Amino acid sequence: MRDYGADSVSVTEVAVATNGDVVKARQMVRTLAQSSGLSLVHQTKLVTAASELGRNMLVHGGGGTVRASAVVEGPRKGVWVEFADHGPGIEDIGLALTDGWTSGNGMGLGLSGAQRLVDEFDLDTGSSGTTVRIVKWGR
Amino acid sequence: MTDRVPVLKIGDVLLVSIQTDLEDQMVLDLQEDLSNRIVATGARGVIIDISALEIVDSFVGRMLATNASISRVLGAETIVVGMRPAVAMTLVELGLSLDGVRTALNLERGLGLLRRLQASRSDRA
Amino acid sequence: MASEENTRQLTEALSAKRDEYTAQWAKTVGRSLRGRLSSAELSREFGELYDAIVQAVAEGIALEGRGEQFAEVRSLLIELSRSRARQGFTPTETATSVLALKEVLEPELTGSAEGAQIYLQFARLLDDLSLLTVEEHVKTREAIISSQAEQLLELSTPVVKLWDGVVGVPLVGTLDSARTQVVMEKLLQTLVDTDSTHAIVDITGVPTVDTQVAQHLLKTVVAARMMGAQCTISGIRPQIAQTIVALGIEFGDIPTKATLADALREALTEVGRQAESDVRGLL
Repeated sequence: MRDYGADSVSVTEVAVATNGDVVKARQMVRTLAQSSGLSLVHQTKLVTAASELGRNMLVHGGGGTVRASAVVEGPRKGVWVEFADHGPGIEDIGLALTDGWTSGNGMGLGLSGAQRLVDEFDLDTGSSGTTVRIVKWGR
Repeated sequence: MTDRVPVLKIGDVLLVSIQTDLEDQMVLDLQEDLSNRIVATGARGVIIDISALEIVDSFVGRMLATNASISRVLGAETIVVGMRPAVAMTLVELGLSLDGVRTALNLERGLGLLRRLQASRSDRA
Repeated sequence: MASEENTRQLTEALSAKRDEYTAQWAKTVGRSLRGRLSSAELSREFGELYDAIVQAVAEGIALEGRGEQFAEVRSLLIELSRSRARQGFTPTETATSVLALKEVLEPELTGSAEGAQIYLQFARLLDDLSLLTVEEHVKTREAIISSQAEQLLELSTPVVKLWDGVVGVPLVGTLDSARTQVVMEKLLQTLVDTDSTHAIVDITGVPTVDTQVAQHLLKTVVAARMMGAQCTISGIRPQIAQTIVALGIEFGDIPTKATLADALREALTEVGRQAESDVRGLL
């Protein structure tokens, strides 16, 4: 995946430490999705993915930072979002990305479901934390 | 102290109309409030109107499914009404199908469905 | 090596015989296009372009046409490429429009060694500009194709109201995920708008049903169910039913009917039953 975060001029961010912050992060992503001209369905998918990943970060990573930015590639416009925490990392990525597998009390759809809702998905995890980056394109 | 979603009582039906972007704590509170109110009022039906919700993620989806199961145990039918098309499409993609949750297009149809369910139940009784 | 002297000489040569050169240029291009554009139009187009090029060259012969001084030339060329692309000319024909100027100038400039050097520099510039036209030509064609694809997507998915409370979509052609999105979105929105509890997706016009298509149909059915409507798939032709079974495609919970008529009959029965019990409830 391209390093959209470094390429972008204006990145907005929200620190996530509580449930209320997840809502704030969600709203930030929605505003970006709207201004980037994503269709209603695409907006909904992106914001839902952000909600899943934001909650994941809070529950498993002990909170972190959500950064988001509008991205352009040729004629396409989209939204890039990054979720970075300093939690213990994910032990088995393959397992974490499996439908129905859960380490918490969710439905086990957080990571795998979010991945299906976006066009690009990038997961980077280690003992010093986990970073998930997603992109949803307008078309 | 977070906001709580109001639970309204109309006859033997409890009506929950979710109007704000839900925080996880509100979702949990609502689940608790609802089961308490079903027991307290002896309601036979619950309608949860989500027409104002712009997103339903797996957490809210799970609450809807759990509420349906809990209310059934307590003798009330839960009907989720007004899901937006974009939300339905997103839930499908997410892998959630809300099996076991009764749904209706809008509040009016939801009330109609409740009435029909109750009628068929009393027919059988 | 592009000395000021060279620049001056070239500008002079180009300016002196402007009318002659542009007329020849337009004629050469006109010949290659075999009369598909009027000569008046061509002379106007190339007159403008020629002047812009001369003006840009006067500031120094650049080896490529991407510099600041060529902004005017570029915008004229982009306009030319776009209109050529829309009129259905090939990229070669578009590029030839620029390259033909080389043909015109070659016998004029290559008389002396010095002139040949100037000509080579100028030719390189023209090559670069012609590449620009090809690039723009392709871009325009791509834009046309994608907008047509979009229009097709919209056209091919009409959602029709069949009865009070029943809507239908006759699907024609292959069903990929982009199409499914559009169909699903339109269908679900129509359910809300018309307060319909039943939807019928007719796949008589869908040539093949494989696992992926079945998956798309299932998603539509599940989404409609979550909104409180029932979605039936109709128009399963005998061959398709055979393929479905032979391939072991999981049709799972998808309610299916052989024909649209069957599906409609069942939907109407159910709508009627609901209305009846609603009336009974009121009494």
